[in-house]
Amino acid sequence: MDDILLSINNLRTSFRIDGQYYAAVDGVSIDIMHNEVFAIVGESGCGKSALSLSITKLHNMNYTRIEGEVNFNGQNLLDLNESKLNKVRGKDISVIFQDPLTALNPVIRVGPQIEESLTYHTNMNKKEKRDRAIKLLSEVGMVNPELTYASFPHELSGGMRQRATIAVSLACSPKLIIADEPTTALDVTIQAQILDLLRKLQKETQSSIILITHDLGVVAEMADRVAVMYAGQIVELASANDLFKNPQHPYTRSLLASIPNVGEDLHRLNAIKGIVPTLMYMPREGCRFSHRTPWIDGSMHEENPDYHEVRPNHFVFCTCYKDFYFENEGGA
Amino acid sequence: MWKTVLRRILILIPQLIVISFGVFLLSHLMPGDALSGRIDPSLDAAAIEAQRERLGLNNPWYVRYIDWFGGMLTGDFGQSFIHRRPVTEIIGERAVNTFWLAIVTLILTYLIAIPLGVLAGRYKGAVLDKSILIYTFIALSLPTLVLSILMILLFAFNLGWFPSGGSVSALIISEGNTLVILMNRIYHMILPAVTGALLGTIGIIFMLRANIIDRTYSEYVLMARSKGVPSKVIFNKHILRNSLIPAASGFSLVLVFQLTGALFIEMMFQYPGMGQLFFSSILMRDSAVINALIIIFSVIAAGGMLLSDIILTIVDPRIRIK
Amino acid sequence: MALLEVKDLKVYFPIRGGIMGRIVGHVKAVDGISFSVNEGQTVGLVGESGSGKSTTGKAILGLVPLAGGSIYFNGEDITRYIGKNRSAYRKSVQMIFQDVHSSLNAKKRVLDIIAEPIRNFEKLTKEEERKRVDELLSIVGMSPENALKYPHEFSGGQRQRIGVARAIALKPKLIVADEPVSALDLSIQAQVLNYMKDVQEELGLSYLFISHDLGVVKHMCETLIIMHSSRFVEVGSREDIYQNPCHIYTRRLIASIPSTNPDLKEANEAHRNAINEEYKNQYNKYYAEGGSVYDLRLLNENNNTHFVAMP
Repeated sequence: MDDILLSINNLRTSFRIDGQYYAAVDGVSIDIMHNEVFAIVGESGCGKSALSLSITKLHNMNYTRIEGEVNFNGQNLLDLNESKLNKVRGKDISVIFQDPLTALNPVIRVGPQIEESLTYHTNMNKKEKRDRAIKLLSEVGMVNPELTYASFPHELSGGMRQRATIAVSLACSPKLIIADEPTTALDVTIQAQILDLLRKLQKETQSSIILITHDLGVVAEMADRVAVMYAGQIVELASANDLFKNPQHPYTRSLLASIPNVGEDLHRLNAIKGIVPTLMYMPREGCRFSHRTPWIDGSMHEENPDYHEVRPNHFVFCTCYKDFYFENEGGA
Repeated sequence: MWKTVLRRILILIPQLIVISFGVFLLSHLMPGDALSGRIDPSLDAAAIEAQRERLGLNNPWYVRYIDWFGGMLTGDFGQSFIHRRPVTEIIGERAVNTFWLAIVTLILTYLIAIPLGVLAGRYKGAVLDKSILIYTFIALSLPTLVLSILMILLFAFNLGWFPSGGSVSALIISEGNTLVILMNRIYHMILPAVTGALLGTIGIIFMLRANIIDRTYSEYVLMARSKGVPSKVIFNKHILRNSLIPAASGFSLVLVFQLTGALFIEMMFQYPGMGQLFFSSILMRDSAVINALIIIFSVIAAGGMLLSDIILTIVDPRIRIK
Repeated sequence: MALLEVKDLKVYFPIRGGIMGRIVGHVKAVDGISFSVNEGQTVGLVGESGSGKSTTGKAILGLVPLAGGSIYFNGEDITRYIGKNRSAYRKSVQMIFQDVHSSLNAKKRVLDIIAEPIRNFEKLTKEEERKRVDELLSIVGMSPENALKYPHEFSGGQRQRIGVARAIALKPKLIVADEPVSALDLSIQAQVLNYMKDVQEELGLSYLFISHDLGVVKHMCETLIIMHSSRFVEVGSREDIYQNPCHIYTRRLIASIPSTNPDLKEANEAHRNAINEEYKNQYNKYYAEGGSVYDLRLLNENNNTHFVAMP
């Protein structure tokens, strides 16, 4: 498969709490293709952000342990030391963060923050860097890029700020952009603009995006393929079309049913019983969603769950998906 | 911004009136007045009364307050009945000494505090950080008086490296060489300045350390790391710079702290500054001097706050006072 | 007669300047809005950040000073209420907050949190009080033993349910819910919304439901108000707003909602672009000079629920 851009293999990311390591990402394997938008969707605490930061080892390694492989350009990124990783970070793989206000240094003007990646990854001189920064700012839709170049982050509105961070991440034309909840902090009309922009830029540059989000609507609008995460594992992996039309795993189905949808009327929403387990109390054996699915007979779960290909390229974790009886009752 | 500065200065006026009134009232409540205790018992009562009348001591309190406050505005703080000289003159001599001591202390404070704070923040949790924290806790729990005594005991008496008091040797003044006098003044200043600095560093070390730790885990540092910026550059450009900004604005607060801290240090080191003057005046009930010093310290404190805010607006682009 | 009726409400925040700190101008957070909430009804107030929707909620609870207008509750003008009447009003109108972490006092037990409003207004014995708290907890689906726990022992969704229990403790008539579920995960959000509906049916409550999420609002509310730039741009029933949005702002807002049907991806984007074009080209059709919002007017003689801010 020459199409694979980045291959994550059995990734385990554990955090040290009181001297003990707890895996927030627990055995995740995914291949990201060239020129695709791959969404990772899940609720808070499912490990999606921990996964995104593990790819280029952005965690504080003093209390994080990352095992497995992240293969990119013929090398395992997890084996690289900091200075070799710095050659990949920002150049081949860049990140867009959730809150553009905190992601930009408040006392440095926007332009120089874009130029920073160029300084470490290209041989451009001062003028070339400035030209590139202004060009990027106009590409992300700034009406007056020269003015924005010389602005401090707090002088821009929320949407403009997120455009600026997108410009930062695009500086070296990376092959992969990891967008971690890029629109969660924004108003819905601004969100639509930013998503349209991201999609347009992705098509133009033929790069790939890993989109981390909790919003299934954003996934449907953006993604080619989707992985649904629960309790540190991927419970379902499919094309966006398959996932929304034919969800299989009980977690995916419950999640879709709990969206208050603009399109249809329901008197009651489906509420998933119980809560997402916290890191220290996460079940480590069997199907991790089983305790929230009392309607599923225990024998439907696998003892050691594995992936099942229910349709070509549509994978579901654990056999409990075969139980199609779906309880639509609220409460916990 | 200048409008704000002007407004802050205007606000100072009612504040000063309140403080001066309080000060006046307190000295008024103290038993006796400027004349009592210095009267020859053999003088007859009528002569004493005439003297009181002449000095205005028999006027109603509000008249005396207005006299005093009005004089203060023109720089006349009245007469010291102990030194028999104008208060302005006495304080003027001492103020120069205190000013230079404060400046030297301030420089030493930052010279010690910045590297220690930065190192503690950068190597949080390491042995170095822990030793620096132990130092700050010791300094925090040590009263100024105790530290001063320890310093004098060790460096002046046991080791004999520095003089135990005074601001300049009388012998050297008589020789008259300006450079030698200057060196001698600095030589006298070192021990009190180091003592003041050791105590003054605590706040800055804590602030810097906390700032650096906070900035290290900020999202913009994560963003910089995701851009592939080397960690050394990240520390200097994104962490250190952003952490020093509040420390810079705290500069004038530290200055105020040093001026007030000077009260005790000058007393312990017998350094002829405003602080020492303050204590000796209290002991001698020299109320004219005490009142003047309290007013001066208040103006310095308020001015320091204003200066802090102005510095902050200059170094931090996010803050603009309107 | 409407339970709550707001007439020409205005909330201005002063801007100070000059040497003496005089008031040199005003930020008009809410600038002349009128609406009513009937008994048992849920009215949704939708807008983006800075639209003035939260300030409207606070004004109704008397948490911000009014610059003008009046608020009638059960036909009485509560802006002129004093003393006893005011406390009766405070009892009848309660609030649910967005931030489930800071809106419950971390140092108090759930029992004390829920009983606090009861203690303020009613004199109950310890046993009666406990019985009442247990009842309230069971209404929001929590067992009585939770009463002796502290807020940090609960998840976000459970905390918001405690917030709902506290809000209904005095059997209020109206609850102002300011973004009650926007800090919660999807599955938890559904739990809280379901309980809010249950509670409403059981107690005959009215809600003023303030939110930025058009999906949640559509699920909860019969009547919708779209707020933009401190004014109402469109008011109507659920059908009016979602089937026949008329103001360009409402249409932009609805077009911005991502759909969960991947097939509609391209169509949605095209629709969005078309509306954005119209917004640019026909701005003057919808906004008065200086970008201010027009007064509301009835759109169609035959439909007395649908109002649009157009000339």
